[in-house]
Amino acid sequence: MISSTATVTFDSLDLDCGVTLAPVDCAYETYGTLNSEKSNGILVAHAFSGDAHAAGDGGWWGNMIGPGKGFDTDQYFVICANVLGGCRGTTGPGSINPATNGPWGMTFPVITISDMVRLQKKLIDHLGIARLLAVAGGSMGGMQALEWAVSYPDQVLAALPIATTHRHSAQQIAFNEVGRQAIMADPDWQGGNYYDRRPPARGLAVARMVGHITYMSDESMREKFGRRLRNSDEFEVESYLRYRGYKFVDRFDANSYIYITRAMDIYDLTQHGSLPSLFENIDTRFLVISFTSDWLYPSYQSLEIVSALRSRNCDVAYVNLQSAYGHDAFLVEVKEQTELVTGFLKSTAREASVGRK
Amino acid sequence: MGVSEIYGRSDYAIIGSLVEPGTRVLDLGCGEGLLLSWLKENKRVNARGVELVGASVQKAIACGVSVYQGNLESALEDYPDRAFDYVILSQTLQETRHPLKVLEGMLRIGKHAVVAFPNFGHWSMRMAHLFTGRAPKTPLFPHDWYDSPNIHFLTVDDFEALAHKQHWRIERRIFLSGSRQVTMLPNLTAEVAVFLFTAS
Repeated sequence: MISSTATVTFDSLDLDCGVTLAPVDCAYETYGTLNSEKSNGILVAHAFSGDAHAAGDGGWWGNMIGPGKGFDTDQYFVICANVLGGCRGTTGPGSINPATNGPWGMTFPVITISDMVRLQKKLIDHLGIARLLAVAGGSMGGMQALEWAVSYPDQVLAALPIATTHRHSAQQIAFNEVGRQAIMADPDWQGGNYYDRRPPARGLAVARMVGHITYMSDESMREKFGRRLRNSDEFEVESYLRYRGYKFVDRFDANSYIYITRAMDIYDLTQHGSLPSLFENIDTRFLVISFTSDWLYPSYQSLEIVSALRSRNCDVAYVNLQSAYGHDAFLVEVKEQTELVTGFLKSTAREASVGRK
Repeated sequence: MGVSEIYGRSDYAIIGSLVEPGTRVLDLGCGEGLLLSWLKENKRVNARGVELVGASVQKAIACGVSVYQGNLESALEDYPDRAFDYVILSQTLQETRHPLKVLEGMLRIGKHAVVAFPNFGHWSMRMAHLFTGRAPKTPLFPHDWYDSPNIHFLTVDDFEALAHKQHWRIERRIFLSGSRQVTMLPNLTAEVAVFLFTAS
């Protein structure tokens, strides 16, 4: 499956903080064919460090999106866009501020999850899709799926928030803050003004190392590394984390790290009302999935969402999948998720009489 | 084709026939969602389920049924009043910790409740107990006392008495022996009893 990243530029985007960003680029990829009624569109939202390249070679959810896969591109038109604040084609702190002709850096306005969703909405409008069959995503992508369902209930038939929460806990904020502090403690960070010189690679790598620990579980780390040595004075786990940390530096911008983790931390769906009240009169179907060993986004957080949905008699399916992979499970546990997603999407499409082509 | 031919469970066939088309149905302890799938397909109901066993929940969702993984007794608390037209509890009442609380919960969230349970008053149970002097083990209650999921044993008459005491209105009562319906002396002849009832 071949798809290259396209970019669309919008005149402006109003942000929650009151600033209007103008213009705004949005990088996205699509897979499959939009049917003539434009009713088979599925938006897949990426997690914190993902990008628009969701499927195909090297795609971050390549095992879930494609012909005959969970998000079956023979049936559905799958869209994935790099989030606002990102560094993979969509406007973010590394983009040029038209007022100064230099990079935004830390002068980039504060962004939120709902800002990201508002930009995605512009993209969906741009593609001529009035109503999405589904919005799906894990982790931060799940926050966006929730936000879509609450902000545009009539334009989303189904939402699949996976391994996610409607607001970060103190523990989740704490880990993000360690990452941000690691970046800011790197002398190369220079208050965010490093775009014409050496980036804060050491800080960003440490931030990523901490992140990777939180994505695994005690069990998965024990299996993967144990106490095995790579050489006489280095454990496998040390070498792995360092490798992942420094690989990350090649593809991610430190300021984007700061802005996007901040957006996740300040996200709180309940700031506009109690969770049950937000789900009042929502016809969107939900498939909520959590994983038993995910201690970063524990299943109680998914259950809070599910309880609120059930208290308003919303149509919700929920399962806590058995997995040893921790938070990474949503990217790794393909077989179970494929069965769930396939059945859920099929019944959603059937009930809405969504045609194939 | 009726439900019984598909799944070989006579209580499903009866429950399938009790549910009006186009209604909202919640099945407590729905397993892999077979009854709900059938009701969805054939009666166009809005189908929901609650099931504790993860593997069963996965199969049900994969079949397109909206099932919530959780304990049915605590799950009842979240739903709003009168959320469903029918709340079904098939072959599970005898396994619940607080059956009366469950039944009351069903009547709170549903206009109608449907329960199906194995009749502990069936003659084979009485004989088994009388002649062996041990905890009865029959095709209807096949478990040894120490690994049985059944923690409350009730008969047709027990349920009738409870309904009377609680002022519930029994709308239909159907008694089965195998896949055959029985009417004579149900407390003695019924293997499975199905009750459709409402709060008074």
